[in-house]
Amino acid sequence: MRVISEKHDRKVRPAPSGPVTRAERSASVRPAANGHGVCLISVPNISCGACVARIERALIDCPGVVAARANLTLRQVRVTLTDANTDPSPGYEALAALGYTARPLDPSDTEPASAQQDGPDLLRCIAVAGFGAMNVMLLSVAVWSGAEATTRDTFHLISALIAVPVVAYAGQPFFRSALVVLRGGRLNMDVPIALAVLLALALSLSELLQGGDHVFFDAAVTLLFFLLTGRYLDQLMRDRARSAVTGLARLSPKGAMARGPDGSLEWIALHAVAKGMILHIDAGERVPVDVRILHGDTDLDRSLVTGEAMPVAASPGTELEAGTLNLTGGIEVEVLRPVAESFLAEMMRMLSAAETSRSTYVRIADRAARLYAPVVHLLAVATFAGWLLVTGDWQVSAFVAISVLIITCPCALGLAVPVAQVVAAGRLMRSGILMKDGSALERLAQIDRAVFDKTGTLTTGTPMVTSCFEGEAEQREASKALAMQSRHPAAQAIAAHLPEVACEVADAVEVPGFGVEGRVHGRRARLGRARWVAEIAANPQAATGPAFAFEGAPALSFDLSETLRPGAVDTISDMQSSGIPVTMLSGDDAARVAQVAETLGIAEAHHGMTPARKVGVLEDLRDRGHRALMVGDGLNDTAALAAAHVSMAPSTAADAGRTAADFVFLRDGLDAVATAQDVARATARVVRQNFGLAIAYNCIAIPLAVAGLVTPLIAALAMSASSILVIGNSLRLNGKRAAAPLQSVERGPVAIPA
Amino acid sequence: MTILTLLIPVTLVMGAVGLGAFFWSLHSGQYEDLSGDAERILFDEDDKPLAAYPPGHSGTTKEKTP
Repeated sequence: MRVISEKHDRKVRPAPSGPVTRAERSASVRPAANGHGVCLISVPNISCGACVARIERALIDCPGVVAARANLTLRQVRVTLTDANTDPSPGYEALAALGYTARPLDPSDTEPASAQQDGPDLLRCIAVAGFGAMNVMLLSVAVWSGAEATTRDTFHLISALIAVPVVAYAGQPFFRSALVVLRGGRLNMDVPIALAVLLALALSLSELLQGGDHVFFDAAVTLLFFLLTGRYLDQLMRDRARSAVTGLARLSPKGAMARGPDGSLEWIALHAVAKGMILHIDAGERVPVDVRILHGDTDLDRSLVTGEAMPVAASPGTELEAGTLNLTGGIEVEVLRPVAESFLAEMMRMLSAAETSRSTYVRIADRAARLYAPVVHLLAVATFAGWLLVTGDWQVSAFVAISVLIITCPCALGLAVPVAQVVAAGRLMRSGILMKDGSALERLAQIDRAVFDKTGTLTTGTPMVTSCFEGEAEQREASKALAMQSRHPAAQAIAAHLPEVACEVADAVEVPGFGVEGRVHGRRARLGRARWVAEIAANPQAATGPAFAFEGAPALSFDLSETLRPGAVDTISDMQSSGIPVTMLSGDDAARVAQVAETLGIAEAHHGMTPARKVGVLEDLRDRGHRALMVGDGLNDTAALAAAHVSMAPSTAADAGRTAADFVFLRDGLDAVATAQDVARATARVVRQNFGLAIAYNCIAIPLAVAGLVTPLIAALAMSASSILVIGNSLRLNGKRAAAPLQSVERGPVAIPA
Repeated sequence: MTILTLLIPVTLVMGAVGLGAFFWSLHSGQYEDLSGDAERILFDEDDKPLAAYPPGHSGTTKEKTP
């Protein structure tokens, strides 16, 4: 059975773009070496080694497949085909037969290639720097322990021969980044780093040529090694979260089935869809552009617009926004607007605008560098001038000035922040929270407002039957049987609620927008909207919830309601008592919003919010100087998630929502919000302590350097000691006990009458 | 001290060999699917790290996604 919408099934997620067409599959095959074709298939539900073996064995038996390799980490399968024109469809069918959802992976959908290459490149740089650091250190130790004359000069020469190529190779990430920001007329941490490393190298080379006894090759190379390690940790954290969260926004179908003038159906690419065309949209597909229904009745999932997953009935004449999910019946539609003007395109524009506005956030290390770099550079210049005035020897002055730069190089800063954040990320991951990048933690520690979406965030978004008629075993069995015929979430809730064994049902027909009708034990029976069921029932009373009736018998109704997420009550009250006002934004109607707000004690609740108005609320908060945390899950929250100062989404959220959010929590409980906030605050505290330690270190080291007392040995010792100190301090984050879990997690769901 | 003329090159060569081995393992894709490889050790059939590449293909050139 296919799944209806993102909100209704926690385990299996349907391809948001509906069934994958053959044209799309073929388009995903790329030519590779040896004339073979390669296609990458995203298989989100590979979960273990057995899956890997099963998938590979099944694929290798398919016609046209030369080799297949599943990647468990990335949840992808790489299939090699005999040539680039081979149809990969048998492979997809084999995967579908095994029960895996397979979707072609379009390289343009994934991260830019440069981001993927960063990891191995950094690793290579670390390896080279590590090699250099070890060897140069070995030679330096010999020099420090008293190597004399020729031996010392030879050792210096060998150090130089190792250090120069190593710095040229392993220093690239810093040089490149420093160049980029300098060109933009700004400063970040990489500027003082690059400068210190390069000057240390230049100074040491000139010392070497003159046969001097102070060279800093070891300092330059170990510095690079430490800093690269910090940078790699940062990178690793982001990668891990990214691959776990997977799936970028794939809201938009890649094409549509167009009805030609002769009545035939043809698949056309999305950009070729023009205004006035007639399209056919099957049940389970997403509407690609803004359209009006010409023929057919159906139920729609308009969660993209309203955030509400409860289906809405639609009939000819209804206008649908792009991105709406067609649930129950096939429809013929007329295209109202070209693709670029569709609701979905508008949402995408809003999202990218919101993301740009947030990218102005400057990470704490870079903010520190903005203060730090000018001070240090001025200090070096002043030292140079001072020594020149006193001694008149420009060479000695340059040596002392450069040693100031080397010793003040923000090694601790570059290491302190990423190590603290990696440790925090590990702790969050153990609590089932994934973090996109380190800056999210910094931002989360600053919040003074919290904004929650209602459906799917404060509530679970899945309807549940809270009460239904008792006794009447025959009716209950028949209800279950009819409910199982439908993909409607209400029907699924009913089917899940009734423990009875379903009886036989004949001639079952789903009437889109109304319900299911069938024959049970020869009697006509209906399950669906109360008014529709009342048409055949004996009593014309109209209940609000769904109802069931045999023809001529009384109608029996079900009460459906949504349930609060576990931990919601405590999380909201904790936040409010700790001085963070909570606002609720929902696309739902006023009555239900008011009810949830009252249950949770939220004073400020907005109903009927469109995606644009949600973004408006967040922008308004920002303009008033507030830093808001947005917690939301729906497609309609995507832009708001990106517009907020920091954002969280449950793992049940739509793909786009998870991509836009900074944190994704995997467990059901909303107490993840409180946990994340605690960890963020603890991390911010440790980072501040680390900065304090770094400043204290500099207070001791700078006078020594200015006085010209720094030898390579002191530089190496001081820098390693300060790095180890901040790493040790950051590791303390790991040892702290996690906050006791909230009691309400055990309390079970709280029902809100719908 | 003449022993140093031998020992230092030996150290460097040993380091370089280690570095080369690491580069090779990185290049041949051994770090691409760490959790998958941990499971693959349980498979009965002989599983080569680069089975995904067509036979005859050396496997040392990592194709980048276009």
